[in-house]
Order: sequence, then structure tokens, then C-alpha cells
Amino acid sequence: MTEKDVVIIGAGPAGLACATRLKEIGVNDVLLIEREKKLGGILNQCIHDGFGLHKFKETLTGPEYIERYLQKLINYKVEVLSDTMVVNLFPDKSMILSGPWGREKIKAKAVVLAMGCRERTAGAIWLAGSRPAGVYTAGVAQRLMNIDNYMIGNEVVILGSGDVGLIMARRLTLEGARVLMVLEKLPYSSGLPRNISQCLNDYDIPLYLKTTVTRIHGKARIEGVTYVSLDDEGKPIPGSERFIRCDTLLLSVGLIPENELSREAGVAIHPVTGGPIVNDTYQTNIEGVFAAGNVLHVHDLADWASMEGELVADFAKRYLEGSLPQTQNWIEVKAGEGIRYVLPQRISGKIDVNLLFRVSFPARNKHIVIKDKDRIIKRKRVINPHPAIMENIEVKRDELKGVQSLEVMIE
Amino acid sequence: MFDIGIVGGGAVGSSIAYELSRFNLKIAVFEKEPDVIFGASGRNSGVVHAGFYYRPGSLKAKLCVEGNKKIKEWMKILNVPFKATGKILVAFEEEEVQELYKLKEIGDTNGVEGLEIIKGSENVQKLCPTVGEAVACMYSPATAIFSPYLFVIALAETNLLNDVKYFLNCKIVEVKRENGNFMLKDQNGNRYECRWLINATGVHCAEFSKMVGIDSYRIYPCKGEYLLLDKALAPLLNMPIYPVPSKDVGAYLGVHITPTVEGPITIGPSAEYIEDPEGYETTPEIMEQLFQGGYKLWPYFKRSDVIRTFTGVRAKPVPPGDKTFYDFLIKEEESVPNFINLIGIESPGFTSAPAIARVVREIIEKKEKLIPKEKFVPASPRKERFEDLPEEEKQRRARENPEYGEIICRCEKVTKREIIEAIENPLGAKTLASIKYRTRAMMGRCQGGYCLPKIVEILEKEFGYKPEDFQLHKEGSWLFSGRMRKND
Repeated sequence: MTEKDVVIIGAGPAGLACATRLKEIGVNDVLLIEREKKLGGILNQCIHDGFGLHKFKETLTGPEYIERYLQKLINYKVEVLSDTMVVNLFPDKSMILSGPWGREKIKAKAVVLAMGCRERTAGAIWLAGSRPAGVYTAGVAQRLMNIDNYMIGNEVVILGSGDVGLIMARRLTLEGARVLMVLEKLPYSSGLPRNISQCLNDYDIPLYLKTTVTRIHGKARIEGVTYVSLDDEGKPIPGSERFIRCDTLLLSVGLIPENELSREAGVAIHPVTGGPIVNDTYQTNIEGVFAAGNVLHVHDLADWASMEGELVADFAKRYLEGSLPQTQNWIEVKAGEGIRYVLPQRISGKIDVNLLFRVSFPARNKHIVIKDKDRIIKRKRVINPHPAIMENIEVKRDELKGVQSLEVMIE
Repeated sequence: MFDIGIVGGGAVGSSIAYELSRFNLKIAVFEKEPDVIFGASGRNSGVVHAGFYYRPGSLKAKLCVEGNKKIKEWMKILNVPFKATGKILVAFEEEEVQELYKLKEIGDTNGVEGLEIIKGSENVQKLCPTVGEAVACMYSPATAIFSPYLFVIALAETNLLNDVKYFLNCKIVEVKRENGNFMLKDQNGNRYECRWLINATGVHCAEFSKMVGIDSYRIYPCKGEYLLLDKALAPLLNMPIYPVPSKDVGAYLGVHITPTVEGPITIGPSAEYIEDPEGYETTPEIMEQLFQGGYKLWPYFKRSDVIRTFTGVRAKPVPPGDKTFYDFLIKEEESVPNFINLIGIESPGFTSAPAIARVVREIIEKKEKLIPKEKFVPASPRKERFEDLPEEEKQRRARENPEYGEIICRCEKVTKREIIEAIENPLGAKTLASIKYRTRAMMGRCQGGYCLPKIVEILEKEFGYKPEDFQLHKEGSWLFSGRMRKND
């Protein structure tokens, strides 16, 4: 059985960054596995720009962003297996690969999970009504349009204001479809403010907050939807039902880290992030199995996923060398008042750590406080905290001396 | 001219064709949908019933008990997956225990084998470790779970090998009598002639009967909604769990929780009378009721475990509020000789289908001698799912054929070879749902998020589909309005 030092599963922004970084720091026995023929993951279908501002200090389209890494990949002669799916992953870090070339089992000393995420579906949000054609998740629609050259409909309602939905509102409009409205059940958009401005406002597409679809109409192709206003508790307001005719419903109702393989291998999954529980070296509960990018938690920007991939490359190298920080006393990191989740979920206290977190609700002029019981370790002002925006606070090793537990909260 | 014209290609219609295709008869099946599993046959709990719910001596009782044995035999022959799980009916209150005894008595009288009353929560949990806190249960070892759509597809594909003609997308809109035969016309004006006419139209049976000239039946469509749960929960449920039947709706078994042979778990069905015989809609209120009802039986799932909701419609011959027992009606109509009516074939209609087919055969045999075919093919070849093969065999096949190496559906691990075989299905069903039911692609937790574009690509590149050729299920269920840009 082939054995590799590091196998990276998934060649999206996280996996590509991890693979190239590993080569840069001298880890040579690396295999990058991608199930698609082309490397790059979802970025291949993201033909809009806005990628790379943080990583490359310029704005790129998805394919351009990927191209930067592909050049490096070729220069560094990274071993790549595309068109190959990891169908099983086992706790001993062996895995079964399958592709048109055949099927076989290989083994790795270290595994980097970088499988990305998938979209929440109509069934998962209990969408009621009939089951006609023309109900697409936004990402599938994006792929069908931008890669496969199919137009998916003409009169479109979008449910959910996730970023992919917003991007597709603009895309469909530019292609001549009428985007009638975007509905969001929350009192705020779940997409980035810049996307609301550039994809909806600029095209006069209305966004209705506290509104959702309660019924899909049509037997063959969708013929319309019933939508309702929601009260402060998220319950439909009686009498607020309205019908709108449409031939397409796009769903942009959330992304779920894709951890089927991780679960099979026995990786512990966090109930809120949907991704693995990791420590400050991005290692999961299985020694030598790391996670980076959207498989770990859904990021706002591809840039962050890539940076996480690079970070994990460093830790994977240290793992191979046996120089990762060791401890018996992990410090648990808790999401406190007003915080949805914090990552990593446990830290050693022996290295600097960049805590990543999301707030639960939009607010103004707040403070993020990091505490050990009643002792305040760090405090940072945030002007406009918003669930759609990932926040971070760096905590230095020195600040963690003697710390028993950590809680991040908003004040 | 056909000897036998069967209208409706679902479980009942295809079972009748299977039964009759053993004889020298020219048989045609007319199915209005583009596939044979779009009606009640693909929209049910997937349970082989034992037969303890039905009044002793009734057709439902007799045909269900007979069908229970027969459908299992047929599934073995046809190589259709089923599991002899047994099932439990659970009583949560002391007063419900009496109901269990009544059901057992009915079951024993009907000839159901092995029924047993088990008392005490601990003993119930020995049978089914994850059931909610029950005071007692009735265990029915004869109950089984199966794949309803694979069964009907296997029947239809076998029927083709026995020279049964299937007409898909063929809605019979007119029936006339000419020279003692039936002249049928479909929605496109095509004409067909047959000597015997069998009404296997399920929820449309009254309507069709009227078309043939008998307007004495009424069907009151009664919808049943379901929730479908992620197969990750499969290890936690070893058999269907049913409540003691409700008394509010006639012949309603109540919300139950059922494992499927493929892994996902169903919760349902509800029971609401509706106007539209094809009102396959789900509603927020009922989904909530199903969630609550299911949770009482089996407190092991969360809201986020739901991957899909779906609905079936029962062909009830009694109006809302009528709780009298009513039976299947299977008869040759005196006023229209050679017209066999099947009315009110709702649950346990699927389990009974092979027995219903036997009854229909006997009706025909009363009037004419049926001569067995020399070469009857008992089953069309059916392959195991690639995913169910041992790993070594998978590797061997993937080495030999690249299409076995390429995984198209990641959730259900369906290979490209299997997708292609489904596209090339002998019935000629061309919809995406046809591929779904045959392979399980698009049926898993991502609901086609990954594999739909891949299947579209295969259809385009290897089968020459144009944008307008893609159809999800029913006629008119188009996927694409055209190309974004002209292809070079």
C-alpha cells in the first residue's frame, strides 16, 4: 500500500494553499486529491470578482485566484490526483480512492481534510408545497450556468440571502432573467453587506427581511410561491400570505461543512460549526488528522480558507517532525453570551492562537471580551459585529499563562 | 390487437401483467406518466404488511395475508431488496393494550403468523432497543420492509422480457366498445384495441370506470405526508414502529417510523382528505405533527436530520367521517363484460398486489382457458448496487471498467456505470427521477447538489440531450430554458 507523508483531501482554496505551503516549507511527500477533473473546487464556478483582496492585495475572479496557486503547484511539482474521490476514510488514516483510473487503498501519516461544504436543501429546511422542477440551490444553479452553459429559468424568486444567492441574483439579472425578490427569514441578511449593495441594490432587486416561502406551487415546473411575513419569533403572521408567480426558486439557505468522510473516520464534529472540533494546531480528535477551510467552518472569503490551509501546512509539518505542542491540560474555549461559535475549540496555551468567532446577532459598538472565569484576558472593540462577518482576536502565548478556561463573549 | 389492456403501470398494474404474462396473451400496459413509479407505488412506507388490521373474511384480510407471502417470493425471484425486519405496534397507555389484543385476535383469525403481545417497557426494548417508553407492544414477525419502486421497476422490466408492451406517457382519454372489444384512445389520438380491460389506475379508478361507462364509484383522495430522515440514523432503528391505529380516520394506521432498505428513515404518513388526486403537497402544520408523532415513537432524531419531505395519495372509497370498514373491490362488471374494475386499492394494496393479480387471473380464467407460455422469463437480470459489493470486487471492476471507478453520486456512492445503465433502462423512461429511483443518485442527503450537474453532463455528452430534453419527472417539468451562450 502506498504511504504518503501528507494527503490533502480537496483542492479548493484551502487544499491548494496547504499543498503549496507544504512544499515551500520542505515537506515533499504530499498528495493532493481532487474529485473534479479541474482543481480549484467551487471557485471554478465563481466567475465574479472580489477574491484575493487579502491574500494577493488585488481583486480576482475565482478562476484567476485558482490560477495563482496552479502556477505554484506546477513549479513545485506537487503530486496531484484529480478526478478522484476519497470514498472511505478510516481511523488509521488509510483511505480508499476511486477514479476512472481504478480504485485502491492508500495510507497517510497526516491527513488534511479540505473537502469544503455543501448547500442546505429544500428538504433540510422543511420547505412545504409541491415538488416541481425549477427549485435549485444557488450553488447548483451557479454551476449549471457558469460551467455547463445552461439557463435555468426566467422569473426567479430567491429564498435566503446567503452570499451565493446574492451573487446569483446579479448573475441571473445580467443574463436576462427577472429576479423578482430575495426573501430572508431573519431580520438581517446572512450575506456580506458588500454583496447586498453590489448584487441587489445596484439592480433594484428587493430584499424582504422576516419573510419566507411557505408553499411551492406547480406540479411539473414551479408556477409560483406563497410567501409570508414573520413575527419577531419567526412565526408566520396570519393574513400576510401573498402569492407570486415565478418559474424558478433559488435557495440560498446555508452551507454545511461536508464531513461525511470525517464522521466515518471517527472525527468528532461540533454541533454548531458542523465541522471537526480542533485544537490550536487545527488537529482533530484523531492524531494527525487536520482540517482547514469550509470543511472546518464556513468562511466569508476564500482568502481566509487559503490562509487556514497554509496555517495547517505548518502544523502538519510539525506533526511529522514530532514537534507539535504537547499537553495533558487542554484549555477549553467556550462561546459565551452573544457568540455563535469560537474556533479552535481547545488550546494548549503553548502557542499564540488566533481565535475565530461569529456573533449571534448584528449589533453596534460592542466589546468582545475574553475571560478566564472572572478574569478578563483581552478586550476588543467591534463597531458593527454581524453574524455574516467572521471576527478574530489574537491571543499571545504569554497572555495564556495560568489560564484554566476561556470564554469569548460580547458586551 | 391486445388480449389484455391494463390501464395503470404501478404496483398493481405491473403485478397483474406479471401474473398474466405466464400465459399466451398479448398484454399492453398504459401508463400516463413517463415512468411506472410516479404514483402511489413510489409514495408509501415501503412496508410489506402482515394483515392484522383488516376484518376477517374481507378481501383485504385474505389478499394481504396471501400477498405477504407471495410478494416476498416474488422479490426473491426478482432480486429486489427487502428485509424481514418484523415490526412492533406499541401501546403507550394501558387502555391501548386492549387494542393490541383485539388486533392480535383479528390477525390470528386472518392467519397472520407469529403475532405476539409483549408487556413491559424493558421487554419491548429487547426487540427494538430505541423505541420510546411503551407499556406493551404487539410484535409481527411477518412484516418486512422493501424497496417499493425497485419492485415495480423489476416487475416492469421482467414483463418486457415476457413481451408485455408498456406505453409510457400514454393517458387513455376515451374508451369505446366495438365488436365486443375495447377501443382505447390516448391523449395524442393513438388508438389501441384490447379484448379485456383492467382498471389499475389507483386513485383515478372511479374516473376511469366512468370513462368505461360505470359511474357508480366515488374516490375521496386522502393525502399522507412523510418526512425522510438521513440514513446516518439507520443503525438506531431495526424495525418499523407503529402506534395503535387511530380511530379518527377509517383504515388509517397512524404515523409510524420505518427504516427503508436503503437506510433513510420515513416518518408518516398523515391522513387528510383533499380534492386533487395528485395533490402531492406537504404543509408546515402536518410536517410539525409528523415530527411530534414520530418523536414519541422514537426519540432519536433532530429537525436537521430531515433530508426531504414527500406525499402520497390514497384511493379511499369513503368520504371523510365515514369510519365503516370498506373492502377492496375487484370484479368483472356485469354491464361491461371483460372489464375488470379494481376500486379502492389503498393500503394494503401494495402488499396485496400479487394476490390481486391472482384474483384477476381467475376472473379471466372463468371465461377462457389460459395456456402457459413455453418460455416464461421469471426475472430480468438485476445487478447488485456497486456500493454493496466487497471492496476487492469493487477494485477489480474499477480496474476493468473506468466507469466503475468514477463516483457520480457521493452521498449514495453511485458509479457512472450505474447511472448509464439507468439511463439505458429497458422501459425507456427518460426523466431524471427515473435515474434517481433506479440508482439512488440525487436521493441522498445533498439531494443532487453534487451529482445533478454530473448526470446532466453525462446525458448531454454521451446521450446527446439538448437543453429542452431534460425533464425532472412529469411532462412539462423542464429543467432548462435554454443555453446561456451558443455552443461552438
